[in-house]
Amino acid sequence: MSAAPPSPSRRSVRAFPAWAPWAFIAPFLVVFCTFVIWPLISSLVLAMQRTYGPGYTRFVGLENFAFLLKDPAFWKAVRNTVVFAAGSVFIQLPLSLGLALLLNRPGLRGRSIYRLAIFSPSLVGLVFVGILFRLVFETRTGLANTLLHELFPAFDPEFPWLQTYVMPSLILAALWLYAGFNMVYFLAALQNVPKDLLEAASIDGASPWQRFRHVTLPAIMPVAGFVVLLSTIGSFQLFELPWILLDNSAGPDDRGLTIVMYLYQTGFITGDLGYASAVGWVLALMLMGIAVFQRLFLSRAEEL
Amino acid sequence: MPPASQPHALLRRLAMPLIHAALITFTALTMIPFAWMIAAAFKTREDFLRSIFLPAGDGFLGIAWDRLTVENFVRLFTELGIGRALLNSIFLASVTSLGATLCCAMGGYALAKYRYRARRPLTNLVLAALIIPGPLLLAPGYQLLYQLGLLDTYAGLILPALAPAFGVFLFRQAMLNSVPQELIEAARMDGAGEFRIFFTLVLPLVRPMVGAYLMITFLQTWNNFINPQVVLQSSELFPLSVAINSLRGMYGTDYGLIMSGTLVSIAPVMCLFLLLQKEFISGLTSGAVKG
Repeated sequence: MSAAPPSPSRRSVRAFPAWAPWAFIAPFLVVFCTFVIWPLISSLVLAMQRTYGPGYTRFVGLENFAFLLKDPAFWKAVRNTVVFAAGSVFIQLPLSLGLALLLNRPGLRGRSIYRLAIFSPSLVGLVFVGILFRLVFETRTGLANTLLHELFPAFDPEFPWLQTYVMPSLILAALWLYAGFNMVYFLAALQNVPKDLLEAASIDGASPWQRFRHVTLPAIMPVAGFVVLLSTIGSFQLFELPWILLDNSAGPDDRGLTIVMYLYQTGFITGDLGYASAVGWVLALMLMGIAVFQRLFLSRAEEL
Repeated sequence: MPPASQPHALLRRLAMPLIHAALITFTALTMIPFAWMIAAAFKTREDFLRSIFLPAGDGFLGIAWDRLTVENFVRLFTELGIGRALLNSIFLASVTSLGATLCCAMGGYALAKYRYRARRPLTNLVLAALIIPGPLLLAPGYQLLYQLGLLDTYAGLILPALAPAFGVFLFRQAMLNSVPQELIEAARMDGAGEFRIFFTLVLPLVRPMVGAYLMITFLQTWNNFINPQVVLQSSELFPLSVAINSLRGMYGTDYGLIMSGTLVSIAPVMCLFLLLQKEFISGLTSGAVKG
């Protein structure tokens, strides 16, 4: 019962009781098996059923997938989702990196105030951003049109943001929300850039662009890869922002329909949980494909 | 001095003002929607249509302060029962974040600081779980809650959120980095029990992570919309996210009311964050940077 006397051998350390790690992992395991593993398995079955509410089901085999792949609405959702993801990766992330580079400038005054202000929208939930920007983008009375019309009288105060330019509006709202969030990641990554290397490059006459390309970029590449992956995966799960922004709908002519919105509509408005599970699996496969692709692509980029 | 240094020096002198100009512009663009929302929350409908921000008048700074009103907030809390939704949100976010932080810290500890056979497979399980997209579980999760009789209950919202794999992973990383094995072994030699070691020795060592993760889950739960929207049916159980959205369905053109409701929904988390921002940001990025 008492502790073994200390001795130089590895086994000398008093062993923990065998149950100890299991006691600590148990809450996770129980919740995980019940609310992740079990639904995951049942979704495989569900995806082959047609359901009417959670209680009634009928086996249909792969019919859900066949229907899904032929449904033009699904492809519209895929297209919108890809456009949004591209907007996040190619507009929002470069902007975030740019802001981080500006903030990282040695001797900058007021850094923490800028950082706090630009980060603050990240605290606002997607729903609340949706509600706020629904009014911001209102024609005639919204902030965007009234302010732009005030500044540039030629700007049409009836500019139809949410009627016609749904995707640009969405990308703008997401930019407001996430630019500061990603900036914080880039700012943390920039702390890993070797300062002596930057100085050496500077003394050797490297231009700012060359210093960025050959010193800064390689140093932040691991985090940049992580951020790109995170925002692509996040973009593919976009639902709340367009749903709220477009008054709990996919917008005129399904212009704001996303994959998860399609899943939500079929599962919880039409009430076919089986079909929604099939959509879920297609989404999961897409995300895995993206993760694998980015792994390959980014590990290659890191070697360059 | 090389001949190129003349324009170079000028550029260098201008660099800082240009950086400030760019940052101020972006900060302003970030802040304007907030300012607009706050102004709208305190305005009457007529003033909302007449002025972009605060109504002009002959008060201090040329603003008609006396025309501002708290009527929107009064209606929100008396007629529309938003107080209930606020309490619901506080309850859900507190219970979920406390529970999830405890479960994830324990899970992370089991994966980081014990050597046993199942450690590797369990770690791989957690890593594999990171890639499961949430929306995939929406439909089967709903069916499960239906079978368990947990639809329209808080248990149906809280229980599934208690042990996210991401949190377990974050705590595993934190414990690997900042809890020395020798310390645990020394405590064990002194006869300390496993739970005592965890609560009195290990948890204090990862306090920054605990604080950050509490805030992350609090914020996530507070801002979550899709889960309460799917699980809850009774309006008296609605948290703010769902309540404000359904309020908007009924009073969609009452801008002042909608904006004051949104302000009430985001102000508490903003204040919480301002108090604890350092811990939050360092916790947020620790997973990415330490990897």
